[in-house]
Amino acid sequence: MSERVIILPDVGEGIAEAEIAELPVKVGDLVREGDTLLSVMTDKATVEIPSPAEGRVTWIGPAIGEQVAVGSELVKLDVADGAAAKQEASDAPAPKAAPSAIAASGIKQTGAIDRPPVQTTPEASRPREGSRAVPPGPPPAKAADRPLAAPAVRGHARDAGVDLRFVKGSGPAGRILREDVDAFLAAGGRDPALAHGLVRNTTVEEIKIVGLRRRIAERLQETMRRIPHFSYVEEVDVTDLEALRADVNATRKSGRPRLTVLPFLMRAMVMALREHPGLNARYDDGSETLFRYGGVHIGIAVQTPNGLMVPVVQHAEARTIWDCAMELGRLGEAARQGAAKREELTGSTITITSLGALGGLASTPVINAPEVAIVGVNKIAMRPVWRGAAFEPRKIMNLSSSFDHRIVDGWDAAQFIQTLRGLLEAPAKIFMET
Amino acid sequence: MEPISCSVLVLGGGPGGYVCAIRAAQLGLDTVLVEAGHLGGTCLNVGCIPSKALIHAAEELHMAHRIAAGSPIGIRVSDPHIDLKMTMAWKDGIVSRLRGGVYGLLRRAGIKVVSGTGILRDGKTCIVESDTGSQEIMAEHVVIATGSEAVPLPGLPFGGPVVSSTEALAFDTVPERLIVIGGGYIGLELGTAWRKLGADVTVVEGADRILPQYDTELTRRVTARLGKLGVQVLLNAKAVGLDRSGPALRIEGDDGREQRLPADRILVTVGRRARLAGFGLEELDLRMNGGAIEIDDQCRTSMRNVWAVGDVTGEPMLEHRAVAQGEMVAEIIAGERRSFDKVVIPAVCFTDPEIVSAGFSPEAARSAGYAIKVGGFPFTANGRAMTLDADDGFVRIVARADNDVVLGMQAVGQSVSELSGGFALALEMGARLEDIAATIHVHPTLSECVREAALVALGHGLHA
Repeated sequence: MSERVIILPDVGEGIAEAEIAELPVKVGDLVREGDTLLSVMTDKATVEIPSPAEGRVTWIGPAIGEQVAVGSELVKLDVADGAAAKQEASDAPAPKAAPSAIAASGIKQTGAIDRPPVQTTPEASRPREGSRAVPPGPPPAKAADRPLAAPAVRGHARDAGVDLRFVKGSGPAGRILREDVDAFLAAGGRDPALAHGLVRNTTVEEIKIVGLRRRIAERLQETMRRIPHFSYVEEVDVTDLEALRADVNATRKSGRPRLTVLPFLMRAMVMALREHPGLNARYDDGSETLFRYGGVHIGIAVQTPNGLMVPVVQHAEARTIWDCAMELGRLGEAARQGAAKREELTGSTITITSLGALGGLASTPVINAPEVAIVGVNKIAMRPVWRGAAFEPRKIMNLSSSFDHRIVDGWDAAQFIQTLRGLLEAPAKIFMET
Repeated sequence: MEPISCSVLVLGGGPGGYVCAIRAAQLGLDTVLVEAGHLGGTCLNVGCIPSKALIHAAEELHMAHRIAAGSPIGIRVSDPHIDLKMTMAWKDGIVSRLRGGVYGLLRRAGIKVVSGTGILRDGKTCIVESDTGSQEIMAEHVVIATGSEAVPLPGLPFGGPVVSSTEALAFDTVPERLIVIGGGYIGLELGTAWRKLGADVTVVEGADRILPQYDTELTRRVTARLGKLGVQVLLNAKAVGLDRSGPALRIEGDDGREQRLPADRILVTVGRRARLAGFGLEELDLRMNGGAIEIDDQCRTSMRNVWAVGDVTGEPMLEHRAVAQGEMVAEIIAGERRSFDKVVIPAVCFTDPEIVSAGFSPEAARSAGYAIKVGGFPFTANGRAMTLDADDGFVRIVARADNDVVLGMQAVGQSVSELSGGFALALEMGARLEDIAATIHVHPTLSECVREAALVALGHGLHA
């Protein structure tokens, strides 16, 4: 016996080291020449390192995931000196004497064996042995003795994850029929990893991102890169607000729009921003200047067939709740139709994002740069709330808001949201000018 | 040019490549095929198809001559001759029609065909240089289907009078004296055809027999026929080199004596090898198996998502093997479970007479350790063969002695190539002798001999 050391070969141009990706062998395994000892991963490809000889693994250097340099020792093998080939030969079954029957009508059997045909026999298409450690034991059956089955049955078995070597054939000469495979499956004989009949879908569709979607992508990437966001989520009890809203909607004059929560929120924001003017602003980080606005121009994130758009309700501070609702409806429709004018899509100083019924529990909205705050509306849900003596069913809505942390401190943001909450929970205050 | 990116890049537009591309496109994979020359590969352009056209033309002329020399059928023909230019045009017409068909199939399948030589930069990127510039193609999967090329003889490079099969399919005149080096099927098919077209043909074979991959029981008929046709076959003879003093080949017999054979053309058909150079394959450093790319039973190479099909993967270099591999690779890439589990890759030799072989010959079956039965049936006892005036040959079946499962089927005779489909089907289905014997074979056809051979093997032949 002698030792063979397998080192990491030069696996490619300019590659100095590689990561061990797979280690199918372990110490003590017998391997054949050509069996994979391990595979390594480089930037370019995964390369399998085959065993140069038959032998027993005595030592494995690196572990999976380890980076190894070209030339490092990977595996040591105990190799029989020149005995490998002989060993294999003695394992092979001795050819049986084969009495030939019948040579018919003028066709004499030729005696001389010239050479076995190599091209057209089943042996030529014999599958390669799997790259596994070879357990000691009898040699594999010769290829010609593989299960007797029609191509369609072989395909069916492969799809179902059945190894035909384990299926007993009921046909003539032990031929495996489709029914035999099905019976084998019904009896639970299957490889569970393969038996579900599902196939991998390896398709990848290439879609060029163009137009509005590209603008959105660029803008959001730039926003997230430049603005350190922080998000704040608070729960708002909107039971009273919802009662008011229902009442107002039921008794509204004809010609007035149906009110959603948003116009109430817009008016509440107008009032809250009076106390927290720092949030109604645009920050030009190029010139490091913050522009605080007197007017409240509220951007409203709207889903359109082409993607997200943000039309702006200008001067919400100068609009009644009905006016806000009407403008909201008009702008939303214009955006969806693609008819919104440029000036209707720019100039907001703070933004509301709402997914309505899809509003979820909480979200982390992305600021509509260069603003410094965005208020996200989550869905309203009836929840049990402890009210001093008992649980009461209350309509609860979360506000999930994000702020530009360069400009807005957590304290200020929280104050703003708490003010907003106070207004929304006692909605009469929204209409009390101080 | 803008880089193209796709799921499957097929390098080579031969049968393995274009079939792989069509199947991949059928399965919804975005597929690009790169080919520098004509689509259809060796087979369609300079192999199977033009050679069979030439063989047919030669046979027709030969037939006309035979009839002119006195026909027992009662047809009288005088002074037949051939317009070789027209023959070649007819042959080229067939090739271009089929080639057009391949173009159409690829176009309809929505496959992008890039014209030029594709050079792989790594396992995912290929640069195609063409007249219109350099095109980069990035692919998730690369299928190498670059085919094979004729092997030249050392000391006898192609050029001048020394030609490969490609040129021998397009001689503009019938050579007076043609020497064929190599007694394999390509050399014998072409040698026989040119003999029938009027050339003086000598076959020089280094071994002690022709068609070494078939047993002598099959090849005996071909040898006899070559003799009748006047093709000289020199066995155990080695081509040494060109004789510069005149157009002639120097050969050396096994006794060491050198001989000079005058020749106008010398056709070298000593084998084909995987075409590996010029595609950047060295960059990939794929594991090789002899002179071919090593593949497993799914046509995977040693590099992930790099596949190889057809002649570039070595013997047997046959169109139908490449097609089966190409189809399979596309399906595996699309996520289906496949492996190359064919029982047989049948082979046909379009010599005179034809040879077809699927599976084990009797000798091969015995050396594989089987106890066997063999049944044969001659065409001399077949009515159809007689009416075709072609009763030279036989059908032979090899089966296991213990359970009658058929191991191999062979035939030699005129038009027996058409029996190959039935042979392959029987073997793939795992047929027993009883299955073949119990199947009605149409009368009067050559295929009746298949059933009769099965009956003979079972010990109760009806017409034997």
